[in-house]
Amino acid sequence: MAPLLEVRDLRVEFPTRRGTLTALDGVSFDIAPGEVLGMVGESGAGKSMTGAAIIGLLEPPGRIAGGEIRLNGKRIDNLPYEQMRRIRGREIGAIFQDPLTTLNPLYTVGRQLVETIQSNLGLDAAEARRRAVHWLEQVGIPAAAQRVDSYPHEFSGGMRQRVVIALALCAEPKLIVADEPTTALDVSIQAQVITLLKGLARDKGTSMMLVTHDMGVIAETADRVAVMYAGRIAEIGPVREVVKHPKHPYTRGLMASIPPLDRRVEKLAQIDGSMPRLSAIPPGCAFNPRCPEVFGRCRVERPVLLEAGGTRAACWLYDPASEKRAPEAMRHG
Amino acid sequence: MLAFVISRILQALPVMAVVALISFAMFAYVGDPVAIMLGQDFTEAQRQALVASLGLDQPFFVQFAKFLWNALHGEFGLSYRLSRPVAELIAERAPATLELAFCAALVSICIGVPMGVYTGLYRNSWLSRLFLTFSLIGVSLPTFLIGILLILVFSVWLGWLPSFGRGDTVQVGWWSTGLLTASGLKALILPSITLGLFQLTLIMRLVRAEMLEVLRTDYIKFARARGLANRVIHFGHALKNTLVPVITVAGLQLGGIIAFAIVTETVFQWPGMGLLFIQSVNSADIPVMAAYLMLIALVFVTINLVVDLLYYAVDPRLRVGGGAARGH
Repeated sequence: MAPLLEVRDLRVEFPTRRGTLTALDGVSFDIAPGEVLGMVGESGAGKSMTGAAIIGLLEPPGRIAGGEIRLNGKRIDNLPYEQMRRIRGREIGAIFQDPLTTLNPLYTVGRQLVETIQSNLGLDAAEARRRAVHWLEQVGIPAAAQRVDSYPHEFSGGMRQRVVIALALCAEPKLIVADEPTTALDVSIQAQVITLLKGLARDKGTSMMLVTHDMGVIAETADRVAVMYAGRIAEIGPVREVVKHPKHPYTRGLMASIPPLDRRVEKLAQIDGSMPRLSAIPPGCAFNPRCPEVFGRCRVERPVLLEAGGTRAACWLYDPASEKRAPEAMRHG
Repeated sequence: MLAFVISRILQALPVMAVVALISFAMFAYVGDPVAIMLGQDFTEAQRQALVASLGLDQPFFVQFAKFLWNALHGEFGLSYRLSRPVAELIAERAPATLELAFCAALVSICIGVPMGVYTGLYRNSWLSRLFLTFSLIGVSLPTFLIGILLILVFSVWLGWLPSFGRGDTVQVGWWSTGLLTASGLKALILPSITLGLFQLTLIMRLVRAEMLEVLRTDYIKFARARGLANRVIHFGHALKNTLVPVITVAGLQLGGIIAFAIVTETVFQWPGMGLLFIQSVNSADIPVMAAYLMLIALVFVTINLVVDLLYYAVDPRLRVGGGAARGH
């Protein structure tokens, strides 16, 4: 099946006084119709930036400096503002992190839903309002017909995130970019909201790019997962494979750092060092100063995504031409 | 809501009482009205008679109570200078000042808000830079200088607009209005601009700063992500969120415009309360000064009440759970 979203060699730059920072560098991935792609990585790895680039709302002075983003085969990264506006809401919906700040405090949730439905679908006011109530029911707001005239501050955080989900879905987009949709919520609410989001996306056949740093949410929700590091994709593949058999040394470190529930550990595993600042990304592989497997080539040549048995990893261990190779890659020949 | 209004009025009472005390204290401690009214030649009997007729021989509290009682009935006694009831003098002059202040406020809001929105949205355009430079002039030039410059350009050089006075006025009941005649309207233009310019630039800079702030918020970003049109985002979502501080400042400024129209009225010889006040100060006409002080205090108190009510209209977060009980 042809992918819904194709991102090719996406490069995002921030011109600053002290030179240009490259926030995303050569990011490529696809999302198939109905698929949920998880994006994980540390803070500043470029997960949210990728989402912002896709919906065309990079914070200035950030700009797309290279590559392509295609939706249904049509390029959307170079569209004028007004054309991109028509795609937002209608074809790509977005969910932001903090439901306490994403809703306009001065308007009722009903009004915000109605204006979104009307401006994207061109329905009359009565029909738009009927749908607004319907969407509030869909996201599990009790007594939706009454609550539609409430203001955001009259809802709890979890309920507000449900309203945000309704707003993102109400124009029936084909793709949802969900940027940390549960991070700001109470742990007890997180599961409910993620289950709701997943259920609605499945029912409507909506694809989703789910940005989070919570591996639990990814494992629960995503079909595939992309691991980002310093503005690049380190590894991408089916969730099971990436979680159970990570190939990239960074992904392995990341998985090892999740504390196991079934046994006591004296000391939590961690990856030594920290992610480089954007102004000081080392040559070659961005992970090479922290990598336990590092060898000569990693310091010179930047790895591309290579087949790594089940997933694809940006690591020279998986290149047959490298002087050092991953043990399992050796086995597979 | 009603409870809120009542509580605010009750809060305003002590404010008015203190202002009344200060106004009253002027009688006792600023100058000697008896000496002023008697002039050079008088007998001791005449002086005694005047002191008694003004009630100045009575104890302080009796005098103050009498003053308050009269003030509540709009009675502020006779002007020393003009020997006419103060209430009458003020009622005669108030329409001129109120019309001027209203026009100045209208000018400053109708021009200042759009300019603020524009400079907030298009921060780097040359027009925004021009507006900002212009606003710097408005903030830094003193009112009397702007008035005189406007007179020089539009009255002396171009001869388009009158340089002083109110033009022809029409009597509507006790209210004399200059809004209904061509010459009255023409006469309003220069003083309104002079009086409103400072507030205009202040409102413009405030709206700009608030817009820049609001445009960075998540809900504006989310509104964009929902695919709303720019017009709706800028004027529906962003501008409305800037209104609470703008209403506060605009309200206080309106009080300021009414109270401090003095300079503009002097420059343009505008027959309003400000001019009356200046003339009264010159001749130590304390009843007029006291009445003016109390009137201005009343204006400020009323505007503050209206501003608070407008908050409630704009921001639903203030309305819940008997918001009146909370703060302010």
